[in-house]
Amino acid sequence: MDSDEENQPWIPLSQRLEWSDVTPVPQNDGPNPVVPIAYQDHFTETMDYFRAIFQAHERSPRALGLTSEAILLNPGHYTVWQFRRLVLEALSVDLHGELDFTETIAKGNSKNYQLWVKKSFLAISSLVSNISADTYRHHRRWVAEKLGTTATSKELEFTKKILSLDAKHYHAWSHRQWVLQALGGWEDELNYCDDLIEEDVFNNSAWNQRYFVITRSPLLGGLNAMRESEVKYTVNAIIARPENESSWRYLRGLYRDDNQSWVNAPAVSSICLKVLSTKTNHVFALSTLLDLISHGFHPSQELRDIVNALSTPESDSDLARTVCTVLEDEDPIRADYWKWRKSKLPQVS
Amino acid sequence: MGELAADKHVKYIVSVGKKKGSFESVVIEHMRVNGAYWGLTTLDLLGMLHVVDVDEIVSWLISCRHESGGFGGNVGHDPHIMYTLSVVQVLALFDKLDVLDIEKVSDYVAGLQNEDGSFSGDEWGEVDTRFSYIAICCLSLLHRLNKINVEKAVKYIVSCKNLDGGFGSTPGGESHAGQIFCCVGALAITGSLHHIDKDLLGWWLCERQVKSGGLNGRPEKLPDVCYSWWVLSSLIMIDRVHWINKEKLVQYILACQDVENGGISDRPDDAVDVYHTFFGVAGLSHLEYPGVKAIDPAYALPVDVVNRIFFGR
Repeated sequence: MDSDEENQPWIPLSQRLEWSDVTPVPQNDGPNPVVPIAYQDHFTETMDYFRAIFQAHERSPRALGLTSEAILLNPGHYTVWQFRRLVLEALSVDLHGELDFTETIAKGNSKNYQLWVKKSFLAISSLVSNISADTYRHHRRWVAEKLGTTATSKELEFTKKILSLDAKHYHAWSHRQWVLQALGGWEDELNYCDDLIEEDVFNNSAWNQRYFVITRSPLLGGLNAMRESEVKYTVNAIIARPENESSWRYLRGLYRDDNQSWVNAPAVSSICLKVLSTKTNHVFALSTLLDLISHGFHPSQELRDIVNALSTPESDSDLARTVCTVLEDEDPIRADYWKWRKSKLPQVS
Repeated sequence: MGELAADKHVKYIVSVGKKKGSFESVVIEHMRVNGAYWGLTTLDLLGMLHVVDVDEIVSWLISCRHESGGFGGNVGHDPHIMYTLSVVQVLALFDKLDVLDIEKVSDYVAGLQNEDGSFSGDEWGEVDTRFSYIAICCLSLLHRLNKINVEKAVKYIVSCKNLDGGFGSTPGGESHAGQIFCCVGALAITGSLHHIDKDLLGWWLCERQVKSGGLNGRPEKLPDVCYSWWVLSSLIMIDRVHWINKEKLVQYILACQDVENGGISDRPDDAVDVYHTFFGVAGLSHLEYPGVKAIDPAYALPVDVVNRIFFGR
């Protein structure tokens, strides 16, 4: 549906010649419903005609057109989408057009829809847009599956566009991961993650995608082959913003199932030291140090001195306990968690 | 600091959507069965379920039934596993599960399991760990878990576990508090919590609490009342709920109330809706707020309802 079409005033279906043979079917919600539905005229009439063709199992170009109208009014209406797929199948429509249609919906380009949202002032619009995203993604996947690898680059571009509007869009990321695994197109994915992380180093979705790529791309050789260069990359990201939960967790993930290498990696303990020396934003550096010690790491005197210097008023003879005390103090909302960590430490005599 | 405006919330739920032409009611027409679950469970948690007409609601729910055995989100809508669970939950609230053809409903749900153990949401095949939870919760409430391959279902969920201890919608998908609730809930119901790294996941979940006291669903996202449910339930199921600051979270939820007209919103001063009203009240239930009934963290139903189903009392 292009924007010209949308700019034209809406003509009620009851006044359109091609619909004169159809008797609209109103929604039957039963008496005095629990969540009563109040309908607006435009929406009501569209849905009444939809119900009529839905019940009559009509597979026709006008039915397809009506589903477009109904979806533009309410992109989360899953029954309309499902009916649309049946019509598309029956009419053997060229599905490339569907990609454009879902893109209009995905970008919230529907003027009608924006108007509705504007009118609503309701918190539920976030829930509704989430449901809509789920519904159009589902449709998009159905279309892409039918089109096969000819759709690969278009799908990657499409999700890129959505992610340029909302870089953490859960459904767009799901779709993108599905495309990579089902249709391919891994070549530029690590670069794409670089770009997004450079744009916003706190973007946890981009870090997750990075892990997805290094562990699953058929082109990169897996976690072990990638570890060295990834540790280097991540350490730089941590230095840039040491308060970033995502980069610290990613670093830990690079040593998944290999605690020994993690404890012995000079890069890991030295990034803790480096961040702690700056004396700010060191909650994750401290928690990493605590994990390291719990797994048998022996901290250097330099590290001990830096941690002890953070602790006021008195330091514990046990470094791990000191770390917990500092964390209780600096991360008060999770004080009970750090207290629990302290209680789990082996008792020193 | 304020208190829970329980009476106002009850009035809000009963009256919601009556405004002619409300956008909210128009766009959720297709998911009215979900709305009924959120609204009615909230009423029950507040001890006010008796204000509604049970027979009317039950007969409406029955009319959402599809010949496949599943239920749609409203009369005349296609069936989906999500609405099927909401119907089962509402009937459980009313102690009316006997109106169902239990074999037919459970066959529909079990039929959505795929070869790899995952579940599709409907006949169109979209796979998501949300649907694994829904299927397992639904079949458990109907005492029909034997109709699926539980071992494979668990294996699929475990394959969605991430480096941070959380879970995503599919293998490799980002951890998200809503998906984590679904995976932990499904593992709890099937007695498979040993697959979870509780300390690691517990820490990730308590990292979701931000300065305002509210919880977010992923790192660096805004807090939202709905995560009071997703995060707290998960923490309770893995026995780590004492790691968050409960008082601050109670204050955050209470600050999201509309104390004049009732209802709870996602964040302070936003507009209210039934969805967030349910998650706010359910969160307060987990926080043992006075006057709110206890809710079961896995089944998302009041504890007395769950006890009635599993222990016949």
